[in-house]
Amino acid sequence: MDIVYTIWLRNMKRYIRSRSRIIGSIAMPLFFLLFLGFGLNSVVQLSGIGGNYVAFLIPGMVAMSVLFTSVFSGIQIIWDKQFGFLKETLVAPVSRLEIMVGQTLGGATTAVLQGSMILVLSVFIGFWISSPVGFLIALGFMILIGISFTAFGIAIASRMEDMTGFQLIMNFVVFPLFGLSGALFPISSLPAWVRPVTLLDPLTYGVEGIRYGLTGVSQINPLVCGAVIGSFTIVMTVLGAFLFRKIRL
Amino acid sequence: MTVAIHIENLTRRFNNLVAVDNISFDIEHGEIFGLLGPNGAGKTTTLSMLSTMLKPTSGSATVNGIDIERDEDGVRKSIGIVFQDQSLDEELTAWENMDFHGRLYRIPSDIRKQRITELLRLVELEDRQHDIVKTFSGGMRRRLEIARGLLHHPSVLFLDEPTLGLDPQTRNHLWQYIASLAREKGITIILTTHYMEEADRLCSRVAIIDHGKIIALDTPQNLKDGIGGDVVTIRSPDPAAVIATLTEPWITRAEQHNDEVIVSLQQAEQHISTIVTLLNTHRVPIQSLAIHKPTLEDVFLSFTGKTIREEEADHKTNMRMYQRMVRH
Ligand SMILES: Nc1ncnc2c1ncn2[C@@H]1O[C@H](COP(=O)(O)OP(=O)(O)OP(=O)(O)O)[C@@H](O)[C@H]1O
Ligand SMILES: [Mg+2]
Repeated sequence: MDIVYTIWLRNMKRYIRSRSRIIGSIAMPLFFLLFLGFGLNSVVQLSGIGGNYVAFLIPGMVAMSVLFTSVFSGIQIIWDKQFGFLKETLVAPVSRLEIMVGQTLGGATTAVLQGSMILVLSVFIGFWISSPVGFLIALGFMILIGISFTAFGIAIASRMEDMTGFQLIMNFVVFPLFGLSGALFPISSLPAWVRPVTLLDPLTYGVEGIRYGLTGVSQINPLVCGAVIGSFTIVMTVLGAFLFRKIRL
Repeated sequence: MTVAIHIENLTRRFNNLVAVDNISFDIEHGEIFGLLGPNGAGKTTTLSMLSTMLKPTSGSATVNGIDIERDEDGVRKSIGIVFQDQSLDEELTAWENMDFHGRLYRIPSDIRKQRITELLRLVELEDRQHDIVKTFSGGMRRRLEIARGLLHHPSVLFLDEPTLGLDPQTRNHLWQYIASLAREKGITIILTTHYMEEADRLCSRVAIIDHGKIIALDTPQNLKDGIGGDVVTIRSPDPAAVIATLTEPWITRAEQHNDEVIVSLQQAEQHISTIVTLLNTHRVPIQSLAIHKPTLEDVFLSFTGKTIREEEADHKTNMRMYQRMVRH
């Protein structure tokens, strides 16, 4: 555990020092929330899921900020590769699994912190969280999204030589995952043929889980959400650990 | 004296390229051992294998009696390494970089703090210890990396090009420091370099490595003595004539090298006037003439027929051709 803590600690120190990154990754969800949310609030009438559009959007924005921060944290391993720091870690008498787990928990922690900031900001603009238990449920889902997508980032980074592939991954994997997840609009409002696709997106279950926790309403049973995102987390962690073990410098 | 490192027929291939070619030698405990060679000679590859970062293609080696393939963690615990390329976290402070390392090597908190303070003082970074590494100069970073490599008290320290790109003053400083480490702490040090002077000044023994092979291994003094006395370099438009003229028995060797002739002989000062007279009588034109004590550069030249700088130029040309081939 002390090695895991050491790696985690380094991630935290770097996170706290990177003010521009913190602000940068809050900016986009906040922008969506303010312009999309309030812009469409009076236009869009959501049938059947209570609340207004802003209340619907907030869980999606929390998920978004957790998603982007965690993928980014995982992919940062590439920088450690390029700036040589990964060598220092890998030549130490510690197992790669410990390093990978530390990195994953570090990434997940920063991601959850970023997501929580969106949540706090939402409370300031008048959003009501359904209940303390609901908050804990949402937090649980945020943690699972954070862990799974940091591990996903580490898996990608283990196979990439430099940052040139990063845009590709963002455009063809991360944005589609986000777009299909029902973070921006209810799944039920989609055309029938798109719906199965959204149900294949693991993030959908994360978003719906957070939404259940924060608003008390969701379109997918929260237990199903928990089972799917939980399994996805395990698969990603195993995959990330496997690929990280095979890194050659 | 006990053996710190034992290397037997160690070989590493990258596809068709044999980067390290069947090398064998022992390094004694407490030695400063130099691996001297041009770019691409296989120095880093050798260190990577010894530090368990790279698997050998064939052959074996032990570090402190521990087999590098059978017990990676055992080897890792007993070595420290300063990589050729920087490996610090630039966003952390000097202290935090040290602390991270200490925790990775599971050094208990109180000992860790004490050693970090000591080592940062030793490399004269104590007044910058809480500054972010990004603000450090190349020399400061290098000193920090060396301090970090020593934090867990390794009995063997690998230094890959420790003074590459540093100014002469910092380099001198580091040399003194490395020498005192071996002397006072009894640490075995293996360093790679392509600076002849560094190998000469610092190392108890030097292995000259070229194209993955060890072509000579001895103390710097013995290597230089092997040249056969002093070195006289004669520059002339007709080098062949110079060689043909210099047939005196006291001349150990005369070889053409570009438009120069490199002559080895004992007591060059006493014979220099005779050489000039001989060349004048035979009407061989001379542009310039220089005497110097042999250096490792001369040793390298005598073994490979090239200066280390020409080797490097060749290597770069090859690399460029290779890259061109890959691109098309
Ligand atoms: N990962 C690799 N893949 C392919 N070839 C490699 C790899 N690492 C090294 N080589 C090749 O092996 C040879 C030896 O490289 P090495 O880095 O050991 O040389 P070196 O003596 O350390 O040189 P330098 O003084 O430039 O550091 C070179 O020709 C290099 O191109
Ligand atoms: Mg090298």
